[in-house]
Amino acid sequence: MIESIASGLDVIWRNLPFLMIQGFLGFGKFVGGTVRLAIPAIVLGFLLGIFIGLGRLAPSRWIRVPATIYVEFFRGVPLVMVIFWMWFVVPIVLRRPIPEYWVALTAFVVFEAAYLGEIVRAGVQSVARGQVEAATALGLTATKTMAYVVLPQALKNMVPSLVTQMIVLFKDTSLASIIGYVDLTKAAQIVNNREIRPFELYLFIAVVYFVCTYSMSLLARRLERRTA
Amino acid sequence: MNYTFNWSVLWTGESGQWLLSGLIVTLELSALAWILAVALGIVSGALRTVKFRPLRAVATFYVEFFRNVPLLVWMFFWYFGVPPFLPEVIREWMFGHGLEFWAGVLALGVYSGARFSEVLRSGIQSIPRTQMEAAVASGLTTFQAYRYVILPVALRLIIPPATNESLNLLKNSSVALTISVAELTFQTRQIETYTAKAIEALTAGTLIYLVLCIGLASFMSWVERRTAIPGLITSGGRRR
Repeated sequence: MIESIASGLDVIWRNLPFLMIQGFLGFGKFVGGTVRLAIPAIVLGFLLGIFIGLGRLAPSRWIRVPATIYVEFFRGVPLVMVIFWMWFVVPIVLRRPIPEYWVALTAFVVFEAAYLGEIVRAGVQSVARGQVEAATALGLTATKTMAYVVLPQALKNMVPSLVTQMIVLFKDTSLASIIGYVDLTKAAQIVNNREIRPFELYLFIAVVYFVCTYSMSLLARRLERRTA
Repeated sequence: MNYTFNWSVLWTGESGQWLLSGLIVTLELSALAWILAVALGIVSGALRTVKFRPLRAVATFYVEFFRNVPLLVWMFFWYFGVPPFLPEVIREWMFGHGLEFWAGVLALGVYSGARFSEVLRSGIQSIPRTQMEAAVASGLTTFQAYRYVILPVALRLIIPPATNESLNLLKNSSVALTISVAELTFQTRQIETYTAKAIEALTAGTLIYLVLCIGLASFMSWVERRTAIPGLITSGGRRR
């Protein structure tokens, strides 16, 4: 029993550089990394999400309806399906092969923007109506009202749900391993193929994911208390 | 774009049969995992609100650890990691009876149970404390108070967020393809592999998911209106 635990720890220890530096951070001979995928996906997804969220509130039906269809469509489809769409269809459209990194990044941005768009919409709707009226009365244009008055206040209200969605996205990046992107999960699979220690290896990466996501959720709770 | 569409691949050959069997496996997997998740969610969600500290700690550990780790990792863990530790007899039986399916049910159920638990906990906590006090004052034990007073109200209050979680569970069942459970996404890929018609295959799979999700969402909003507690849930038409 003790021997087997010790040898399990030894397997983790010997492969720690590969798991963490290659798989988690993304430096090494493979193009990969959980962090290298998660951070741009969150930033770009949020930027697209702002447009989607504001589009849902646009006065013009020609903007509102497409934005609503976008949100309802992506919220009704599994992420795995969206990844396969990107994986198979984008190379057909562009007529050349696309590296896994860009496939995965595109899929995450497009998919998460639907969820982030709903958060943006809820945030904007939570800003008191009087703020918009006051800004208009002061002579600000609609764009300026949105950029300088509504969005900054909305952002403050959005912070807790944004962090929650960041946690979801961080966990979702593990699905990039399905198309062969070398993230933490794929790195563990590669090591396991050589070592055949699935219990220890998958439990170890579970703990790594947990440490990251749980500290994010503690942060969210703190921010919630401060903004409340 | 250099691609010739051939939609007939969806109804010629075995495609239709694959899609149908994939749909059935997706529904079976989701239904079994849902039952497990709801049971785990109710128990751990209720335990997180009790006074006794050790019970609360166990439930908190379960919820935080399982919902904060990607489902894919849990799939691999239950499918590859756990079986080697089981007794020879059980292992033999499981390999003969669709190990990947049961590992998928367990992974999806235990993961979603942690998420359901949070939904139920916030439902219980939204019930005024006085309800519990009144129940105990009228002579009910803690268990009876939960069983007859708190849970019946909480379960009806949480229908909208629980619907959301159920839809997440259905969509998340697609992750089971990684441990080769022959569910809908798996079959969609199989059609792609055999016919080399990616767009047609993915369209079929995507449409089935959309119909399932939208159908389930509208059914649940009907249930929500039917079970609304007068005076507690204000507007019947509130969705999401």
